[in-house]
Amino acid sequence: MGAPAIEVKGLQFSYNDTPILEEVTFSVEQGDFLGLLGPNGGGKTTLLKLLLGILKPCGGVIRVLGEVPHNAKHRVGYMPQNTDFNINFPISVLEIVLMGRLYGSRIWGRHSRKDHLKAEEVLKKVGMWEHRYTPIGYLSGGQRQRVFIGRALATDPEILFLDEPTASVDPEFETDLFDFLRELNKEVTILVVTHDIGVISRYVKSVACVNRTMIFHKGGEITPEMIDMAYGCPVDLVAHGLPHRVLPAHEEE
Amino acid sequence: MWDALQFEFMRNALLAGVLVSISCGIIGSLVVANRLVFLSGGIAHAAFGGIGLALYLGFSPTLGAALFSVAVSMIMGGVSLKSKHRADTIIGVLWAVGMALGIILIDLTPGYNVDPMSYLFGSILSVSKADSWFTAALDVVIFLIILAFYREFLAMSYDEEFAFVVGVPVRFLYFLLLCMTALSIVMIIRVVGLILVIALLTIPPYIAEKYTNSLWKMMVLSSLLGILFTFVGLWLSYSYDFTSGATIILVAGVAFFLTQIIHSINGRTLQAHRR
Repeated sequence: MGAPAIEVKGLQFSYNDTPILEEVTFSVEQGDFLGLLGPNGGGKTTLLKLLLGILKPCGGVIRVLGEVPHNAKHRVGYMPQNTDFNINFPISVLEIVLMGRLYGSRIWGRHSRKDHLKAEEVLKKVGMWEHRYTPIGYLSGGQRQRVFIGRALATDPEILFLDEPTASVDPEFETDLFDFLRELNKEVTILVVTHDIGVISRYVKSVACVNRTMIFHKGGEITPEMIDMAYGCPVDLVAHGLPHRVLPAHEEE
Repeated sequence: MWDALQFEFMRNALLAGVLVSISCGIIGSLVVANRLVFLSGGIAHAAFGGIGLALYLGFSPTLGAALFSVAVSMIMGGVSLKSKHRADTIIGVLWAVGMALGIILIDLTPGYNVDPMSYLFGSILSVSKADSWFTAALDVVIFLIILAFYREFLAMSYDEEFAFVVGVPVRFLYFLLLCMTALSIVMIIRVVGLILVIALLTIPPYIAEKYTNSLWKMMVLSSLLGILFTFVGLWLSYSYDFTSGATIILVAGVAFFLTQIIHSINGRTLQAHRR
C-alpha cells in the first residue's frame, strides 16, 4: 500500500520503428476507476500490454503497485479484448476460470478447495455457473466475454485491467457488469478500456485518452459537453472543464 | 496376423509402436494446441544432420539425432520468440540445411554404406530392444513432466498471454515442451521415418480434439489412436509387404479423411438442429 497503483514516466513504445506511444506519463492512485478512451489504433491495448509486462517498453519507466510490471503479476487481473482465439480448444468454462488461480500453485498440484470456491463465486457473479462444464467453443461471444471477466476476477486482483469488456455483451449485462465493477472498486483499482462514453460518464472516477500520447484526467465530474466532444473527437475529452484547452501534443495531425 | 507374432522383430515392432504412440499422443496434442507443427517438421528434418554427424564420427545415430534435434529445437524456439514474423522462414532454412548437412556427412563417411531410406521412411521392424527401453524411459519422463505441470501447460496452450500475466513460467515451459518434442521426434523417426513424423504427431491429436472436451482426454485418445494406426499399419504392411512407415501413415490419413467427412456431415445436421 502507499505506492500508486500505476506510475508511468516518459513511456515510449514503437513497433518496427513505427511509434505507437510517445512520452506517456501518468499515475493512477489506488482505488481509482480509470476509463481509457481513444481512437482505434491509438495504442490503448498496447498500453495495457505494457502495464501487464506482456510488451517491453522502448523507453521510460512503468511501475505497477510500485513494482516492475511483471513482478506484480499475482496482484493484477486481466481480461483481453479478443475472446475468440482457440475456439476449438477442448477446454471447459471452469478450466478457463481456474487459470486465474494458477499463481503460487504447487507443482503436481491440483486446484485447492479454495480455488474451486473462488471459481464458483466468480462464475455465479458473471452468470455462467450453470455452463461451467460447457466447452468454450459452444458459447456465444457474449457468454465467452462473461467467462473471461470471471477469469480476470478469479485472480483476486488489486488492479483489474479490462480491455473492452462489453464489446459483444447485451446491454443488460453491461449495466450489471459496471454496477458490479463499481462495487468491486471499493477494494480494487480498475482500469477499463472502452468505447462507451455513457459508461465513462456514469461509472469511472477518472478518464484518460490515448492517441500516441496520453492525456490523463484525474477525478472530477464529466460534464455533458465533454461527452459531446468525446463523440466528436475523443482526444478533446481532456479539455475537461476548459473546453478549448487542448494540449499541444494532441493537436490534429 | 497372429502367426506374425511368433517373430521377435514383430513383437518388438508392436511394442515400439505402443511406446512411441504414447509420447506421440501426449506431445502431439501440445504441438497441435501450441501451433508448433511446422517447427516440429523442422526439427524432424534437421535431425538428419545429427544422424549424419553421428555416422561420420562413429557413434550411435539415435544419440546423434537426439542431441542435434534438441539443439536445433532450442534455436528454432529462440528464433520464434525473437523474430516472430520471419520465424517460419528461418525454421524452413534450418530444416533444409540440417538435411543437407546429414547427406554430405554420410557421403564423407568412409566405407560406410548406410541406407538413408531407413531414416527417411523409418524401419519399425528393425527397432532394437535398446530403442524400446529408451522410448519407455522417455514416455515415463514425459508423463511425469506433464503430470507435474498439467495446469500450466493447459493454460499456456489455451492462452499464453494470460498464462504469462498470472505468472506461469511460459518461456520455461515452451522450451521444455520443445525439448520433449525433439526427443519424441527422434523416437518417431525410428517408427515412420523423419519425412512422415509430422503425420503421426498431428493426425491423432487432430482427430482426438474433435471428440474430447479436455486436454488430457485429447492426449489419451491421441495415444490410443496412434496405437491403433501403428497396429493396423503394421498388419497391412506385413500382409501385403508394404513399407511399414508409409502404411502406418496412410492408415492414419484414411482415418483423418473419414473423420473429416463424418464431422462435416454431423456439423451440418447439428447446425440444422440449432436453427
